[in-house]
Amino acid sequence: MKATIICGILAILAVPFPAAASLGGDVASVQADVAKMQASLQTSSRDSYTVHEMQTPAGVAVKEYASASGKVFAVTWQGSVHPDLRQLLGTYYDQYVQAVQAHRAHRRGRGPLLIQEPGLVIQVTGHMRSFQGKAYVPQMLPAGIHVEDLR
Amino acid sequence: MNRASVHKFLVLTLVGIVSAALGCSGSGGGSTTTGGGGGGGSTTANVQAITVNTGPTGNYVDGAFTSVMVCAPGSATNCQTIDGILVDTGSSGLRIISSVLSISLTQQTAGGAPIVECLPFLDGVTWGPVQTADVTLAGEVAKSLPIQVIGTSSFSSVPSSCSSMGVPEDTVASFGANGVLGVGNFAQDCGGGCTQSGANNPGLYYTCSGQSCVVTTESLSSQVQNPVVLFPADNNGVLIDLPAVTGAETSVSGSLIFGIGTQSDNALGSATVYALDTSFGNFNTTFNNVSYPDEAFLDTGSNGLYFPASNVAALVPCTDNTFWYCPTTTQNLSATNQAFSGGATGSINFVVGNADTLTATVSNAAVNGLAGPNTGAFDWGLPFFFGRKVFTAIEGANTPAGAGPYVAY
Repeated sequence: MKATIICGILAILAVPFPAAASLGGDVASVQADVAKMQASLQTSSRDSYTVHEMQTPAGVAVKEYASASGKVFAVTWQGSVHPDLRQLLGTYYDQYVQAVQAHRAHRRGRGPLLIQEPGLVIQVTGHMRSFQGKAYVPQMLPAGIHVEDLR
Repeated sequence: MNRASVHKFLVLTLVGIVSAALGCSGSGGGSTTTGGGGGGGSTTANVQAITVNTGPTGNYVDGAFTSVMVCAPGSATNCQTIDGILVDTGSSGLRIISSVLSISLTQQTAGGAPIVECLPFLDGVTWGPVQTADVTLAGEVAKSLPIQVIGTSSFSSVPSSCSSMGVPEDTVASFGANGVLGVGNFAQDCGGGCTQSGANNPGLYYTCSGQSCVVTTESLSSQVQNPVVLFPADNNGVLIDLPAVTGAETSVSGSLIFGIGTQSDNALGSATVYALDTSFGNFNTTFNNVSYPDEAFLDTGSNGLYFPASNVAALVPCTDNTFWYCPTTTQNLSATNQAFSGGATGSINFVVGNADTLTATVSNAAVNGLAGPNTGAFDWGLPFFFGRKVFTAIEGANTPAGAGPYVAY
């Protein structure tokens, strides 16, 4: 009996926030990202979307863009390192890994990362100690938004 | 004579030849230099040969490669010379893929536990132990330099907190070179953040017990760092000197010269100095009425000029190589560079050619006019360096133009 209770508590501790993905996921997953990255959060509204801006203690600024229907359609980041992309890209992380490997086989040298697949765009630029990145799902972009504005 | 001894002999011979060619023991050609900090009046052979060629992968385009001699600390015989090392002003520190390293170096430890690093690049991370080596470049020696050995069998399990920052690139094929020689504006690869404990630490350095690794703090002097900083002289920065390239050429040769204003061969002369943001190492570029404040940098480790051009009709991405531009005719373009804090300003003319045409012949490794799309930053990669002398001053280092960090050309 005691063991069952302890196991129950451990199970709860092991799932401290929703497993929903960030990119492509519900806006509620923003809170999960804030918790995972121990970040502070500021939210601001635009015409057709909201921006959830986080700052990690290590100085990485992360923005998650959510549509009026409550779905995260883009994430961007800027800082001396990359943020937790497994967390931020969620279900798109595996696609990102495969696309990076395909990019390397094709690229003939080192430079910025540019992944342009039908369902996923990821751009990473900068250099050591100064990175910025952007990931979005083209089909989920609200009408009228310019990808250049996602910064 | 074993392999290591042969290498040492060859390197010492080359040092001697280069020294003689430079007149290092003489007056340096009669010109007067105002000695820069840390190395004024140096007579050390400071010219390291670099070559733009297809590199160890055989298909690299617009990468500058060199050879480094690494020795076990304090040893004159346990040495190896490794070629195919990419010269990179966009990073700091020497990193070598483990498969090309045949000698044993000294593992860095903390409390008896080995230190292993996760360093983020743009398209991946390098994971591997921090080891110390005596590193020789031209006649300059960085003793007990912490370097990173990438992709070792001893630490084959990449922590999930590391792969969360990117996909490991731990082989010559995936990295694109046998290693990288980071001679950028920063003294260390991480800086103050990695000396802090808790959540403020960006999480680049780990201690490992077997394959189980946790983030640790790492002092500035223990971090993987710019080899130039540890040279006894000529230690305030570097000068990259590459010839002009017209279209696509098989290869070109140039020099990586150590020190700024420390010898007759590295005087700033009439170069314009562009101060950088001390935190991020960037300056400002304005192109086609769009400015990139604190988002522009000079980087030999990028194999093209990468910048946004959605408002330039002619600069369409190539159909297959979507990471490059394929204008139907070569475009003559212009941008303005400016020091981060304002002040120094200069205009730059550059060309963008059709990348499919320029790179069609794989053996043509040196290509002017290679460019591609980017997001929110202006990355002046290797083509910028063709036909220019470009100085990279290290943060905090004293030079005849003041303290780094800056770039000058």
